[in-house]
Amino acid sequence: MSGQLTIKQMEQMANTIREDIIRMLEHAGSGHSAGPLDLADIFTALYFNIMKNDPKNPDWEDRDILILSNGHTVPVRYATMANAGYFDRDELKTLRQLGTRLQGHPERTRLPGMETTSGPLGSGLSQASGMAYVLKNIDPNPHRWVYCVMGDGELNEGNIWEAAMFAGKNKLHNLVGIIDRNNIQIDGNTEDIMPLEDLKAKWEAFGWHVQEIDGHNIESIIDACSMARAIVEKPSVIIAHTIPGKGVPFMEYDYHWHGAPPNSEQAREALKKLRTLGGKITGEHE
Amino acid sequence: MSELHLSSKIGHDDIKTEPIRKGFGRGLVAAGKTDENVVALCADLTDSTQMGLFRETFPERFVEIGVAEQNLVTVAAGMSALGKIPFTSSYAAFSPGRNWEQIRTTICLNDRPVKIVGSHAGISVGPDGATHQMLEDIALMRVLPNMIVVVPGDSVEAEKATRAIALNGKPSYIRLAREATPIFTTENTPFEIGKAYVLREGHDITLFGTGTMTYECLIAARILASDGIEAEVVHVPTIKPLDSQTILASVRKTGRALTAEEAQMNGGLGGAIAELLGEQLPTPLKRVGMRDRFGESGKPTELLEKFNLTGKHIAMNVHEFVDQFDRYHQ
Repeated sequence: MSGQLTIKQMEQMANTIREDIIRMLEHAGSGHSAGPLDLADIFTALYFNIMKNDPKNPDWEDRDILILSNGHTVPVRYATMANAGYFDRDELKTLRQLGTRLQGHPERTRLPGMETTSGPLGSGLSQASGMAYVLKNIDPNPHRWVYCVMGDGELNEGNIWEAAMFAGKNKLHNLVGIIDRNNIQIDGNTEDIMPLEDLKAKWEAFGWHVQEIDGHNIESIIDACSMARAIVEKPSVIIAHTIPGKGVPFMEYDYHWHGAPPNSEQAREALKKLRTLGGKITGEHE
Repeated sequence: MSELHLSSKIGHDDIKTEPIRKGFGRGLVAAGKTDENVVALCADLTDSTQMGLFRETFPERFVEIGVAEQNLVTVAAGMSALGKIPFTSSYAAFSPGRNWEQIRTTICLNDRPVKIVGSHAGISVGPDGATHQMLEDIALMRVLPNMIVVVPGDSVEAEKATRAIALNGKPSYIRLAREATPIFTTENTPFEIGKAYVLREGHDITLFGTGTMTYECLIAARILASDGIEAEVVHVPTIKPLDSQTILASVRKTGRALTAEEAQMNGGLGGAIAELLGEQLPTPLKRVGMRDRFGESGKPTELLEKFNLTGKHIAMNVHEFVDQFDRYHQ
């Protein structure tokens, strides 16, 4: 565990991570804004509470595994890992620069703790399923869990549903999928591009236990993962409803920010909004 | 060459034949006995790809994926992250035909030792027709960084190749054929990943063969010998990494090269050797294989005949090539 932060401290941490994301993207001059920002609460909860992980020993053999399937949102993972102590926060500004360990899309072989290489969508859940299969059936280890974060636009990919069938068939109860249900993808809103609803019914039909939560409520995220671990009959998926661009009002709900970074003026404005957040966040930023 | 311990029946009608894929089936069980981390995954073609023997021997280490080739290789990538050595099998037309991007990202760039087993490759698949006659797999796999590409020449070599790639720690592709073909190697014939073997010495031309076509090169060499042309035959079971040392040494001696494969020559063995010779030892080269076209239904023997993929055709090609060459140099 990376420490026992209170819910309030985790909310502050999520805000710090959002600020880091804005600075990283501004500095890089390219990259995706909306997804990383809306995943900040989920990643904070995963690294600072839910997952067994040790920043000083990223290959710890009893660690829980996190697969990031929608690799384009990796700035949130980099920022969370840096804040958890996997590497120095200064390194965040190397995002997407020549020679960096923080590639535009994550590469396992470059950064300890990055469990797999991803970017092309749809293949994370299969890899997570392969891992969960080994931990359930071949080298049984009831104390390790495999988490897989997916985007909602990513669910257009057939590979996801192949994995959903496989995990359902094999009742991979040690597998927890988390869908970032922010309702946007590059070309527009998900329900206009390729409708996903009834999403809950789809996953249930594939043999999964499904929960729907507020993806910005850290307590709900932690509770939902506890519930998922308590379900022993089937794999679990958590549909986490999020606001794309969360925390930066001019980015929120606007699909144009899916694949764009802020320029320096926009970054300044974003950081100002993140630091005040209507008085909800207190502490070091005030 | 005696140290290669080749079959004494080469060129005889009673040479023993067996489908190359059968050797894979035995090799996989042997690999499973050697290393308990070996696991096998199949996409609804378990008996056909010869994984049935492994499934019977190690049922707890066999995973049925169903008809889902993208899931086949990505589940395997996940299993390899926990120390497993996954062999994934299907027909080559589907894997690596359908799931190339997953192989690229989650296996090659991710550098995981997943093994892609492409069965029923080549034109000799026969009556199933062009959709199932995979001809582009060598090219598809050869361009991927980190990937090893092995095309065994017979079932005995396939068994050795399977055991070798189980232990090489690298992403690997092994190409298998459906039909029974002559077994020209023996238990004692050496096999090492990355090595090409001079099966017959000669000084007029080098015939480079891979997979089922190596035997046809041996047949061609016998025909040519009776016409006064001494062909060297080099078997190239590993297309990547290519054994450039053996290949260049042979071509330095003969000055002429011919490649033969049951695949698209563009990007296949022909492509690989053309690249090597073009860069390091520009040499007149003739390529035998599929030239930018698809196959069709028919009996395997009819198709090999139609597309000029027999020893007799290779010998005819060599005659034409040598005549042209001699005219040019007069």
